[in-house]
Amino acid sequence: MLDIINVSLLLMMIVTALAIARLRSLFAVAMLTGLFSLLAACVFVLLDAVDVAFTEAAVGAGMTTVLFLATLGLTRSREKVTPKDRAIPAMLVAGSCGAVLIYALSGLPEFGAADTPVHQHPITEKYLVTSIDETHIPNTVTTLLASYRGFDTLGEVVVIFTAGMVVLMLLGRCAREREPDQDARAKD
Amino acid sequence: MMFAAAMLAILITMALTLARAVLGPTVYDRIMAVNLFGTKTVLFIAVVGFLFGRPEFLDIALVYALINFIGTVAVLKLMHYGELGWVDTSWERDDL
Repeated sequence: MLDIINVSLLLMMIVTALAIARLRSLFAVAMLTGLFSLLAACVFVLLDAVDVAFTEAAVGAGMTTVLFLATLGLTRSREKVTPKDRAIPAMLVAGSCGAVLIYALSGLPEFGAADTPVHQHPITEKYLVTSIDETHIPNTVTTLLASYRGFDTLGEVVVIFTAGMVVLMLLGRCAREREPDQDARAKD
Repeated sequence: MMFAAAMLAILITMALTLARAVLGPTVYDRIMAVNLFGTKTVLFIAVVGFLFGRPEFLDIALVYALINFIGTVAVLKLMHYGELGWVDTSWERDDL
């Protein structure tokens, strides 16, 4: 059953990626990238990486789609046709990049293998056994993020907060400037 | 067994929705396809939880429902108020 789900999800991802590459209407492409993120989130859930899946769905399907659409509102909504003679070099670059990644894949440990450095390092034992006495937080992941790596997490939160404020400033200005035009349209 | 059947049904629906998002002639087809696909993701995560004995995934699926709703409202609101996706050249109107 897991194989069927995995294969069908990955097939759908390939179809979406090909459609994104082929379509010239950029609005459709923005929508399809959101869809691609949702598919990726499903795959992450299957891999038991629920937090990564959640980030993927929130950022990929939610935020990025809105940013793409905001950009489309300020620019043209159709892609310029790429000259045919650029296709071969582009295919070469994409193909060799993919080949390098597939080669790197052979160096990874098997999915769920118990003898990886992550599982064998003594620090894992320390976190799993002693963290409850040191911090009194029942969830180990929360302990790591909020206690042992608290400053790191604080930095991340500041970065995300700043990015969110900047996005709100950019979108807010765009909406205000276009309001008179909007009224004119409503009267028509 | 029941969950496996539900999962297959969800996967087929996902494929159909994807076809609408790729082919869909108008903008609204595509917006609705992505919104539907978000709903399918919610169902997918809920069913995956029960299928593989992790029923606590249901809570995560609920949060996805919230994201999906907010995302669609954002897209529609931006299209309406921010004139997003609209370009003031009439020859492009067939696209959007």
